[in-house]
Amino acid sequence: MNKKNKIKIVVNGKLLTVNIKFSLKNLIGKLKTPISKVAIELNEKIVDKKKLNKIYLKNRDKIEIVHFIGGG
Amino acid sequence: MKSDILKIANKKFKSRLIVGTGKYKNMKECAAAIKISGAEIVTVAVRRVNISDSSKPLLMDYVDPKKIMYLPNTAGCFTSSDALRTLRLAREIGGWKIVKLEVLGDKKNLFPDMIETLKSTEILTKEGFKVMVYCSDDPLMCKRLENSGASAIMPLAAPIGSGLGIQNKTNIKILRHQTKVPLIIDAGIGKASDAVEAMEMGCDAVLINTAIAKAKNPFQMAESMKYAVISGRKSFLSGSIKPSLQGSPSSPKKGII
Repeated sequence: MNKKNKIKIVVNGKLLTVNIKFSLKNLIGKLKTPISKVAIELNEKIVDKKKLNKIYLKNRDKIEIVHFIGGG
Repeated sequence: MKSDILKIANKKFKSRLIVGTGKYKNMKECAAAIKISGAEIVTVAVRRVNISDSSKPLLMDYVDPKKIMYLPNTAGCFTSSDALRTLRLAREIGGWKIVKLEVLGDKKNLFPDMIETLKSTEILTKEGFKVMVYCSDDPLMCKRLENSGASAIMPLAAPIGSGLGIQNKTNIKILRHQTKVPLIIDAGIGKASDAVEAMEMGCDAVLINTAIAKAKNPFQMAESMKYAVISGRKSFLSGSIKPSLQGSPSSPKKGII
């Protein structure tokens, strides 16, 4: 594995290694996330879900993907 | 009789029972209990997606947000900034503007931190949110919340999940008198009689989670709470008799043999 072509990102607290030029859309696809049922934060800023393919991830980026669960 | 509609942030509801979706054995049980309760609004929490297993069922697969209004909450938030972050994310998921703000200040009793709650209400209202606020039953703080644009005042009856029922009836009565937006008892309801009592005191609705989800038979309790809320509301609207220490016979004296 060529480390030069890889970056490390943190998704929901978990460390992932992905290729460079990896977009948020690629990430959502990889995780099989149902996009209409989630919200996404990149480095604590909410991301416009329509622009996922234009946002490329950088080394050490922190991504949060949240959804609704049961609660009171 | 005129139809009795609950209006929150210009949205109309027939049911005055709001239910939580937490603490159920599974989502199927949760969905069935909601249906039986007749609730039109359910509270939901915002949490991380399980990224290692995308096959896990989602709440939205069981409870359709197009049919039942999701009310995102900030359960588990202990600071204003956490609560704001959570609700901004919630709005992003589906465009919800009506939210339930809950900023806790006490890990043991889960009492709200009213300073952080007030601060958050002011900011969220300015951002266009319709904020239903979980709060203490302090009339002064509740007034401040209302003046800050809260869409509903939701005082606790007792600590969350305690099932103790309304502990400070005097404050709830004062709140009923002063509150112009919907007054909703949130937290602490244990039995159907607690829900009846809240509604008879003139509260506009009640929010119940644990009392239904953790009952031995949640379906039967959901039904019980449905009728308790209807019963209490109708009793409140009916103009009950004044209690008296003297007896008053129900049968006429005339014609006694």
